Formats: sequence, structure tokens, C-alpha cells
Amino acid sequence: MTTALVLLDHDRGALAETTLQAVTFAASLGFDTEAVLIGAEAEAIAAGLGGLGISKVHVIGHELLTDFAPEAFGDSLAQLVVVSGAKVVTTTGSDRGNEILAHLAAILDQPMVANVMSAEPGTPWKLSRIRWGGSLFEHVELDASFHLMTVAPHTWDAPDPGPSAELPVDHFEPTLDETAARTRVVDRVTLHAGITLATAPVVVGGGRGVGSAEGFAPLEELASMLGGVVGCSRVVTNNGWRPHTDQVGQTGTRIAPDLYIACGVSGAIQHWVGAMASKKILAINTDPEANMMSKADYAVVGDLHQVVPALIEALK
Amino acid sequence: MRVLVCVKRVPAPGARIVLTPDGQQIDTRNLGFATSPHEECAVEGAVQLAADHGGTSTVLTMGPPESEEQLRYAVSVGVDAAVLVPTDGSDLDPQATARGLVSAVTALEERDGRFDLILFGNESADAGGYQVGVRVARALERPIVSGIKDIEIDGDEVVAKREIPSGFEVYRLEMPAVLAVREGLNLPRYPTLPGRLKSRKAEVAAVDVAFEPGGQRKIGFESPPEQESHTVTLGEGVDAVPAIVEVLESLGIR
Repeated sequence: MTTALVLLDHDRGALAETTLQAVTFAASLGFDTEAVLIGAEAEAIAAGLGGLGISKVHVIGHELLTDFAPEAFGDSLAQLVVVSGAKVVTTTGSDRGNEILAHLAAILDQPMVANVMSAEPGTPWKLSRIRWGGSLFEHVELDASFHLMTVAPHTWDAPDPGPSAELPVDHFEPTLDETAARTRVVDRVTLHAGITLATAPVVVGGGRGVGSAEGFAPLEELASMLGGVVGCSRVVTNNGWRPHTDQVGQTGTRIAPDLYIACGVSGAIQHWVGAMASKKILAINTDPEANMMSKADYAVVGDLHQVVPALIEALK
Repeated sequence: MRVLVCVKRVPAPGARIVLTPDGQQIDTRNLGFATSPHEECAVEGAVQLAADHGGTSTVLTMGPPESEEQLRYAVSVGVDAAVLVPTDGSDLDPQATARGLVSAVTALEERDGRFDLILFGNESADAGGYQVGVRVARALERPIVSGIKDIEIDGDEVVAKREIPSGFEVYRLEMPAVLAVREGLNLPRYPTLPGRLKSRKAEVAAVDVAFEPGGQRKIGFESPPEQESHTVTLGEGVDAVPAIVEVLESLGIR
């Protein structure tokens, strides 16, 4: 039976939020699914993977793999692929997932399809993927000896955990030299100790309608009252009103809060694809025809400069 | 130092995407074109690095003849030299794109010397393949890190920072190196009038390469299903505040 390897993206032992969605995708192909974990702390994660439909875990360990090293991760994975005989490799379309699979594809000189929604094995394989951050679907055929795909985040749910079973663990030590590890994390800068834009339960976003850097003060206050953080649109960062780290959108951060309060945000496609995973959206805008107003769950027609302060007063 | 920045001409981001009736192409009749946003920042980064450390910046694009517009824009914001690798406008998959770029970069380096740093955007705005920079770096046997939002030069090394949810990871690469950068690396400047005038007269060098197709073939495009609007209007202006509070309470947020 064909084996699909699923690389599980983790940062020093913490699985990326979307990682296990790739396991569900792999299962949809009808192949035997084996997981791959690279680096330190992999062992601890491997112990918790029972009951997810995975038949085996490959743990790749090496003294040069203590922290993230994209080239060495790619080299290691390529060596495992060759040794294991697997012809299908998938992982989540996270930053690291896309990066490591790109290295694998370059090493094997094979195509790699990023952000796949679904795939149908055959001759040739037929796949659907997202473009433009999700505002366009593309259907492709793949002529390849290895099928390498990253999975578009949030197109599949993580597998429902079944009864936990002990999984066989296969340890693999790749051959790596210092050249492979020349690109590796040598230091870290911690900026946000608490909740971040990507994980915040509430995001209060501001767009062109906020008008200035100072105009974000009430949004900051509202966000902190609701246990959330402030986000913004691309217009705002291009104007220098907020740092780029606050940008929600295709070229910024994808958010998935319980509630996104979009204030003076028109809702251009570039912004929408970053906000569309929000569970509920409340839009406040003077223009009832704005794209964000018709896509939101709740809409308030009005000036955010009046509505937000009044809301803050009411919540006090 | 010599810096090369690779860019792609894409339909202007933010616009509504409409397909041709056969679903084969994006209907570009009513669309403007731009440089992919990550690459706009790569261009600005190249201009700043050449200015700060002495040297030259070169912009390169592979695409139809109209891509000259994006090259001239890069010159108008301060890039020194422009190179077009012409295609017939047909679809090139990421493998084919990378192979063509490797040929072009190799030809340029044989002529004028090695690039110390090659900048790519992390992914193009339209195709979003997340791999061309990695493939080119691997073929040239140079180190690469993706997702970069800060670049500093330290002697013959480049210190690059990559954003992660908690802050930044720091990488140190010996040059020659390749970086795939993200929007937020800097705030790109707008062209000045003298810049625009200069860009009109700038020479665009052509480098011809042979194209070798990769293994990914586009069958067609499809627009995502329109989501049905189910918006509840809570009211107008400050009068809507009690209804907003109710919503917050119903969601358990307050």
C-alpha cells in the first residue's frame, strides 16, 4: 500500500495550530499515513499521536537539529523519504510547512503544490489549490514521481481523536554536516509575551476610516476591555499608522478569533482573506455598501469615532 | 555590495478577481497591474542596502513584455539596473520559473560578477507557490531563509529576522545568500518626479533563457462560491450600542 508521510510542524515541541489538519487530508487520499517529526522535543509529541489514524511515527533526530533550520530540515526529510520509499509527502501550509516542503521539492527536483484543498490520486493526479490567499481556486494536474503538497490551512478539520493506542516509533538519524545547518535559528527576540493577533479570541480591527495613528486609541481601549488585540488593514500599515505586525490580510496575519470587530474597514479581498476564518464579524462603517458590511454577521451603520467610545462607556 | 531583487507582475492586489468565461485566465481588462506586495518591500530593501553599504541594486523579472512596467517602477524608486527575462506570457509552473531564473542569474553573474544578496518575495500574490526562491537558492548552492522581515549586513554575513507569533527568530547567513522577504520589511517609498523621469529613459536589458516545463500543469480556475449574506443590522450610530452589548454577551465575550 502506498504510504503518505505527514510532516508535523512544531516549534520546540508545540504543534502548529493547523498541523493535524494535514493528517485528515492525508487520510482523504486513502493511503497508509505515517507521521514525521523533526528535531528536539519530537519524542514527547510522538507519544501523544495515538488514535489519530496514523500508523507509525518517524522521529528524525540529530545534534544539528536542536532548533529550526530550514535547509537541514529539508535535507533530513529528503533522506527519510528516500530510505522509507514513500512517494507522497504532505504537511500543513504554515510558514514552516511551505518552506520545508519547498526544500524537499528542490532536493528531489519534483513539483510541489502549495495550499492544496483536495487531491485525487491517479494518472495524473488532479488537485485543487487556493490562490490569492483563498479568493481564487486553481485546478492542476501533476506529473511527478513524488507527490509533494502542503495543505491549505482550515480546509480540513483535525482528526477526531479515537481510542489512544501506542504507536510504533521509528528513529532516523540523517547524515548532516555544518553546511546543512548554516541556516538555523541563532537567537530569538520575544516581543509579545501574551496573546497574539493570530490567536487572540477578540480582534478589534481598524481600516482607512480610523483616519490616523491617534485614532486607534479607542480601538486599543476596546480591545483591552474585551481581552483582545488590535489589528488593521493594509492601508493602515502603508500609511504608517500601525506597525506591519498588526496587519490582517493576505500579506499580513490570518486571524481566527471568536469575534472580529472591523471598524472603518472596507473589506478589500486582500484584507478579507486574512479575516474570513473569524467565527463572528461585527462591522462598523459609515458606508452600508462596504464589502465588510455585507460579509459581516452584524453590521452597525455609523461613525466608528462615535460608536466605539459610546460602546466603551456602555461596557464600563 | 551587489543586490539582485526578483519581482513578478501581478494583477493589482485588493481588486475583485473576475475570470474569463472559459475559466482559464483572470479577466484583466479592468485591472491594473502591480508588483507583488512582498516584492515591493524587497525592492525597497535592495535600494536601501545598496545605498547604506555602497554598491548596486538590480531588479529582474521574468514575464511578458508588459512586465517592463514593474521594472521601470523599481527604477523610479531607486533601483540601478533592470533586467527582463521575456516569456511568451504562457503559464510557467514554479519549477519552470525557478529553472529560468537560475539560467538568467547565472548569465548575469558571468557577465558582471556575483550578487552578494538575492531577494525574493516570500510568495507571489497571485500564484502563491512559496518555493521559487528556495529552488533558485538550492540550485545556486546558496543559503536561504524565508519569511524575512528585517535585514542587517554584518561584514560578509547577513543577519535576517523572521517573524513568528511571539516575536522574531534570528538567522545569520554567510554571503552570497538568498532571502525570501515579507511585506513589513520596510515601508516602500513612492517614486519622485525625477525618479519617474529617470525610469522612463532607463535601459531594460533582456536576458533570453530556454524554458523547461515543470511537473505542475494548470487545468483551470474557479471562483469560490459566493457566501450568502446573512448580516444582521444592529442599528445606526450610537443607538446601536445596546444591541452591540447584547451581541457581546450572547457570544460570552463580556
